[in-house]
Amino acid sequence: MRTLIFRTAAPYLTALMLLFSVFVLLRGHNEPGGGFIGGLIAASALAINGIAFGVPAVRRAIHFHPMAISGFGLLIAVLSGLLSFAFGVPFLTGLWTSPEIFGLTVDISTVMFFDIGVYLVVVGSITSIALTLEHREDV
Amino acid sequence: MGSGAQSLTLLALFLPFLGAVLAPPLCRALGHGAAWLLAILPALIFVHLAGFVGIVSSGEVVAGGYDWIPSLGVRFSWYLDGLSLTFGLLISGIGTLIVLYSGGYLKGHPQQGRFLSFILLFMGAMLGLVASDSFLMLFVFWELTSITSFLLIGFDHGREAARRAALQALVVTGMGGLSLLAGLLVISSVTGATELSALLSTGGLLRESPLYLAAFVLVLGGAFTKSAQFPFHFWLPNAMEAPTPVSAYLHSATMVKAGVYLLMRLNPVLGDTAAWETVLPLFGAATLLVGTLLAMRQTDLKLMLAYTTVASLGLLVMLTGYGSERAIEAAVLYLIAHSLFKGALFMVAGLIDHETGTRDIRRLGGLARAMPITFAAGLMAALSMGGLPLTFGFIAKEEIYAAVEIGMGVPVLLLGVAIVGNMLMFAIAFLVGLKPFVGAAGKTPAKPHEGPALLWIGPLCLAALGLLAGLFSQMFHAAISSPMASAVAGNPVEIAASSVPHLGLPFYLSLATIALGVAAYFAHARIRFGIAVALAAIGWGPDRGFDQAMRGLLRLSFGATRIVQNGRLHIYLTVVFLAVAVTLLVPMIVFDELPAMPQFPDLWLHEWTIVLIAVIGLGAVVYAKDRLTAIVSLGIQGFAVALLFMLFGAPDLSFTQFMVETLSVVILALVMTRLKLTPSDHRPTHEKALDLSVATVCGAGFGLLLLKVTQVPFDATLSQFYEAHSRALAHGRNIVNVIIVDFRGLDTLGEIAVVMVAGLAILALIRVGTPQAPAAKREA
Repeated sequence: MRTLIFRTAAPYLTALMLLFSVFVLLRGHNEPGGGFIGGLIAASALAINGIAFGVPAVRRAIHFHPMAISGFGLLIAVLSGLLSFAFGVPFLTGLWTSPEIFGLTVDISTVMFFDIGVYLVVVGSITSIALTLEHREDV
Repeated sequence: MGSGAQSLTLLALFLPFLGAVLAPPLCRALGHGAAWLLAILPALIFVHLAGFVGIVSSGEVVAGGYDWIPSLGVRFSWYLDGLSLTFGLLISGIGTLIVLYSGGYLKGHPQQGRFLSFILLFMGAMLGLVASDSFLMLFVFWELTSITSFLLIGFDHGREAARRAALQALVVTGMGGLSLLAGLLVISSVTGATELSALLSTGGLLRESPLYLAAFVLVLGGAFTKSAQFPFHFWLPNAMEAPTPVSAYLHSATMVKAGVYLLMRLNPVLGDTAAWETVLPLFGAATLLVGTLLAMRQTDLKLMLAYTTVASLGLLVMLTGYGSERAIEAAVLYLIAHSLFKGALFMVAGLIDHETGTRDIRRLGGLARAMPITFAAGLMAALSMGGLPLTFGFIAKEEIYAAVEIGMGVPVLLLGVAIVGNMLMFAIAFLVGLKPFVGAAGKTPAKPHEGPALLWIGPLCLAALGLLAGLFSQMFHAAISSPMASAVAGNPVEIAASSVPHLGLPFYLSLATIALGVAAYFAHARIRFGIAVALAAIGWGPDRGFDQAMRGLLRLSFGATRIVQNGRLHIYLTVVFLAVAVTLLVPMIVFDELPAMPQFPDLWLHEWTIVLIAVIGLGAVVYAKDRLTAIVSLGIQGFAVALLFMLFGAPDLSFTQFMVETLSVVILALVMTRLKLTPSDHRPTHEKALDLSVATVCGAGFGLLLLKVTQVPFDATLSQFYEAHSRALAHGRNIVNVIIVDFRGLDTLGEIAVVMVAGLAILALIRVGTPQAPAAKREA
């Protein structure tokens, strides 16, 4: 799999896909996209990078263990739901606020954080599986 | 009942659990003295319950409760009539004494806090069990008593015998609990009642139902295992592995009576039938005989008492099922008397063990001088157990004879059993309560001396109460026994029996029993030998049967595992896909729901092209020479389908499909490299044919189902709801995503949790069996 062309293209591909995955995640509320699909894109980006440069390189690059990323995502999702209790509404009710940042109105919501949680769980779990499977090829 | 009193009762029901939490830290801080503090809790409960005696003895019922799960009609509700109140008083009253006794008995034990915690936990469970009105609560607390009993029997978990006994008790009573659950379900489906109070007012509804026998047998399954009726009696003597406070509390005074409680509770609706009046006396009498005979065989004080407890439970069941009001009176009186004297005798046995180092009847003697208070307690309890005049036990025995004397045939048989049983129990009573204290001093491991107050307060109180209740029997009847008997019988009953002897057949029978009992007392060594010989000749007992059954179960499950989990992936997959095919196809065929032939689709050229690509991809899968090509070709088909989704207006779906396809190809390819399979497929033709047919059937099932789904008229309610509210309520235009993260966020939360757990499981699966270089391991 480690052809020169693939190895040259892989970093750009990975970077683009990761960027795209975040884009897809954030636009998800109004346009096609969302946390789940964004997570899948990011996971494939990392898988491609793993095939090109080996698992250790990817593990160094993402710094945390993929399952830890997954666990963090689940934590964010649960916390964004628990926040509802502070406002006396049922678990996981969406809360919205629209502050002005640099003259731009930005809609921030617990739903967004929930979606980010979904994204991280999917990235972490799938990457963990892919990397563990790829690992043997390096040995 | 005011809401203040109501919340107090709720508090009383939960106090023991609070105590269970407090016990370990208190014991760490105060040592065994914590028992004095902890005993306040059950004492408070006792006082609270005693406050209801006036109301209940006037024929009223104390009921109350709170909604628990209103949507399911489940209430946390209690119902205190004479029966449950008496049980409640016994549990909290004896419980107070037991907590004190445990403080002395396990003094200095490193796990004393844990022990007291378990005891209080059990107390809460048992209290809840007898106070429960709703079936669900009854069952939950019933199981909780089994679990706490398991914990207490296995308290000394370093010993194998204790572990086995704990497990045995849990298996036997746990099975009974399941049977009870089924019984309660049958009862509630027949009568529509989910609460005891409602059930008791249904009259003969249950008796006339064709399901009566099922309910009857299932309830008996619960009651007989819990109350150690023959042939399930074997777990109770084994449970004597537990520390003595447990034996005194759970396995004589309270928990084992839960089965009897259940029978008494259901007597008004289940009783008064031929089945009830045959089965109960029969099993009860058998248990009584077996229990007393085996008790005579023992030389260990605790085991002797344990078998007489089995016998007494048999007697109670026999009387409950006898069917006359007199018998119920007798059962009620005997139940109270038994709790008092048996609890006391167990604690006496524990005291002797604690102070002398042995419980062997053959090595004990002449302790009266060294342990006068213990002797007093033991003797008083023995008098009551032996049924001598002026004691409460005497009243109970008189009532038993009075109840059984009338009639011929089976009653005569039962009378005979009762006399033999009582005679042997008389002998045992004095073997435990008198023999260790008189005669020549025995050789004991430790020099005997009186125990501390914590240890003798309990037995002394209980034994004295047995005498006091006998002396002031009329007052006691009015307050306790009569309301209880009324609750069991289902109509008002007035008990008049007194502890002063009066001439009549019951009295003569009592005299005969005492005479025979004295004879048995002196001949106990010979009787023991005779029974030992007879038992050796039989050689098999339910206890050994239990072991055989457990071994059989293990062998069966090993065998089943070998067949079902044979380790061949090919067979697993075939089974899974066949099951899928069957679930998809059979309902469609059986209910004649096969889809109509669809119209020939009217597609554009480019759409046809994509369909063609999908077909080519599939063809490539089938004809691929090596596995990698097959996997990639499968991806072609998946991409084609994703394109179709895109063309037909489902961008989200298509997006996801693209990613899923990519990742599945990558992961499948990686898995294949890992499995070390041969690159190409070498299945023999017949296997290929089989796999082909399974695949075809499965595919046909999915295809037909999808066709059918699209042919069913489309219900737009949900779509319209989401369309209308997605923007307004959730501020999002992408309906799919809004559904995922907002409307059905809880589902998503569950799903991502599953994704994560699956990820962890896969990680573990891959790591298992892959020996990694140490460096790689650290890396991973």
